[in-house]
Amino acid sequence: MTPHVLTRSLDRSASIFILVVAGLGVLIPLSNLLLPAGSALQVPTYLVALFGKYACYAILALSIDLIWGYCGILSLGHGAFFALGGYAMGMYLMRQIGSRGVYGNPILPDFMVFLNYPSLPWYWYGFDMFWFAALMVLLVPGLLAFCFGWLAFRSRVTGVYLSIITQAMTYALLLAFFRNDFGFGGNNGLTDFKDILGFNVQADGTRAALFALSCLALILTFLICRAVVTSKLGKVLIAIRDAESRTRFLGYRVESYKLFVFTLSACMAGVAGALYVPQVGIINPSEFAPGNSIEAVIWVAVGGRGTLVGAALGAVVVNYAKTFFTSGPLAPYWLFMLGALFILVTLLLPKGIVGTFSAWRESRKATEKANAESAAREDGVGEPNPAE
Amino acid sequence: MSANFLDRLRAVLLAILLTTAFAVPALAGPFEDAVAKFANDDFSDTDEAIGAVAASGNPLAFPIISALQEGRLSADPETKKVFVTGADGKIIDAATGAAVDKLPDNAAAVRLNNRLRRAVEAAVGSLTLLSPDPAKRIAAAQSVFKSHEESALPVIDGALAKETNKAVKAAFAEARAAILLYKPDATEVEKLEAVAIVKAKGDQEAMALLTGLSNDVPPNVARAAASAIASIQSNLATWSMVQNAWYGLSLGSVLLLAAIGLAITFGVMGVINMAHGEMVMLGAYTTFVVQEVIRTSYPGLFDYSLLIAVPLAFLVAGAVGVLIERGIIRFLYGRPLETLLATWGLSLVLQQAVRTMFGPTNREVGNPSWMSGAFELGQITITYNRLWILCFTLAVFVILLAMLRYTALGLEMRAVTQNRRMAASMGIATSRVDALTFGLGSGIAGIAGVALSQIDNVSPNLGQSYIIDSFMVVVFGGVGNLWGTLVGAFTLGIANKFLEPVAGAVLGKIAILVLIILFIQKRPRGLFALKGRAVEA
Repeated sequence: MTPHVLTRSLDRSASIFILVVAGLGVLIPLSNLLLPAGSALQVPTYLVALFGKYACYAILALSIDLIWGYCGILSLGHGAFFALGGYAMGMYLMRQIGSRGVYGNPILPDFMVFLNYPSLPWYWYGFDMFWFAALMVLLVPGLLAFCFGWLAFRSRVTGVYLSIITQAMTYALLLAFFRNDFGFGGNNGLTDFKDILGFNVQADGTRAALFALSCLALILTFLICRAVVTSKLGKVLIAIRDAESRTRFLGYRVESYKLFVFTLSACMAGVAGALYVPQVGIINPSEFAPGNSIEAVIWVAVGGRGTLVGAALGAVVVNYAKTFFTSGPLAPYWLFMLGALFILVTLLLPKGIVGTFSAWRESRKATEKANAESAAREDGVGEPNPAE
Repeated sequence: MSANFLDRLRAVLLAILLTTAFAVPALAGPFEDAVAKFANDDFSDTDEAIGAVAASGNPLAFPIISALQEGRLSADPETKKVFVTGADGKIIDAATGAAVDKLPDNAAAVRLNNRLRRAVEAAVGSLTLLSPDPAKRIAAAQSVFKSHEESALPVIDGALAKETNKAVKAAFAEARAAILLYKPDATEVEKLEAVAIVKAKGDQEAMALLTGLSNDVPPNVARAAASAIASIQSNLATWSMVQNAWYGLSLGSVLLLAAIGLAITFGVMGVINMAHGEMVMLGAYTTFVVQEVIRTSYPGLFDYSLLIAVPLAFLVAGAVGVLIERGIIRFLYGRPLETLLATWGLSLVLQQAVRTMFGPTNREVGNPSWMSGAFELGQITITYNRLWILCFTLAVFVILLAMLRYTALGLEMRAVTQNRRMAASMGIATSRVDALTFGLGSGIAGIAGVALSQIDNVSPNLGQSYIIDSFMVVVFGGVGNLWGTLVGAFTLGIANKFLEPVAGAVLGKIAILVLIILFIQKRPRGLFALKGRAVEA
């Protein structure tokens, strides 16, 4: 049974979104597994993995939309939380390789044998158990976001300052994870995974299941975000976004609200990263690159910030375009297009696709209503009803 | 002059010619004999030949030994003739110095083994001790200092007696002290004097020399050496502090140069320009283009290439800046987060445009002659390009400060920054001032690119590597304050270089980033914060 709080006030676009994601999450794996290969309706495995990647990006976009669209916090370091979640999952997957690695060491992952580690570093303990790794996927990004946010929001670092120091945070992590002696595989990161919970990561069935799980996680994230923004808490967040000082003067503890939503958002990004890693088969420090985090922000801007559905849609649309263009003869022009997208969306489409669409629909409704009213008045059918 | 005399002269000349032509093999002196030994292809003969040639004092000795060292000495085992092939390809007979057209067919290079190579090095050292070039004499004395070969002592003594150049004399005295220190039969007084001289030299080599001293020296000497080591160590520690400070200043000047344009656009106008790094890149590529044109058309102007590039880079980057302001940023005033995204997109476009035009690899930008090389100051080496960049940065800073303070445009800029509406009411065309301010900031970034092209790789990613650092500097120093940027840049540069030896380059950088993040918590508006109502806006 779904708790009432999650299903409360689902409007039409939200219901459609959930139905579509759920439908895809069921149909694509079924088509991949049940239909014969080569059939027109069969979704090939590589596409399943690709769509799974998009679903993870959509979760990341939702987490950014929650803080940027509803609370006005522009984080340029959300890729760091995504990557940390990914590393937590990657560490579990590394431990699962066991003695099947190139060097056949039952405890140490290959890169540690290669780098002459005498024994497993303490922070790798426990990652052989899935429940522990799953806990860390939430805890590590959450804790980092909590500490970072506690420091930043309490001293009222806002606006572009916050954006710049979040960028510095992910940049510092990028530099740290590139180091071999940091214990996370350095430049190469973690890769060469064998199985997850006993299932082969490469197998079609596992990939289909991971895709279905990603869709489920996307729906759950969406419902949680929705629950947050439609609650009273969500109203306060919007108030903070629109007039932070005024909200504070009204007696709300702005920093606590911000800290809560920032930490929640980081946990979501961590989950996205954790689902992403087994599907792409690698996690390396380049995920921390500041450019990645900014790109994720543009997904939200394209889809429409403050709309949730738009954020997820934007992630899928932009990434589909990226896949499409970077694999074709237009590849050298992709960065031109991405750059132009940044500029055009901020200049011409500040509400994004979904925001612009709903604004257009509402204005059309309003004109229709006005037309109908004026028509009714001209026809003399009756006085406008004061109760309306 | 009588014909008789001319006849006699001619006869004498003929006689001399004949003697030199036919009698040389018969009248061969010790030098010629020594040279002929090279042709025996026997290591011990070669060893003797090296010693004899080096001791001969013959002007051909140095070319022969250095040719031997570089494998350019060849010998004909049949005729016992030895030939030197010059570095320029000219061949001479080693014994007589006469030019030879080509090497005989069976001539082979004289072979060396490791023991002989050491002998050759020592011979080169003692030969160059007498070189007419003082710089070479000093270099030779330094190599003797390092090797402290006892055999060099007579040469050093002789050279020291003749030497008039003060610097060379000091170097000879140090070399002599080094030899005496390691000479078993030197007296205690001599050794104590030697310790004092070596202590006065006071560098890494002097310390290595003293620490390498064996235990069987007289106790007085050992004590003097120990105290000398201690004093050199503390001296070196001071110099390494100075060195770190210099590296820090140098890094700080680079940071300041990269950040100073940002201090205008971000600090004064409040515009987040993520494409700032790309303005730096444009400046660097302007330098590249200027140098290419000079290389192909006016090679003589190469030393002036940077002077030409500076105004050009300012104009190019400034013009692009004005275009950006007019085309994008003016629609986004008051929406800083959107500005950030749009300019990030712009930076991607600019990078890709440069990549398409100039290719993705590093392009070569040369140093003009007045910027290459280095000089020694005490125990540290200062390269001219770093020094020039430091001076250049400070000059740019001062000019900018003066511009904001004393020119009409500077006044208008400050007015618009402080109160836009009031300034507009006073008749200042605020949108024009915005465009010019942004152009100024971008132009300065372009100038920074000219300087950075001298010490960094000119590639499409050049700007990316500076953007985060520049923002850190501006945020740390305090927005809206050029002095803050100056202090911020040098503080970060020096802190970084002092952390590097302790923590390593990458960890030092991470530590700096973490420290800045923590610092922002304490002082959210930077070191030199603006006071008053502007803060909350």
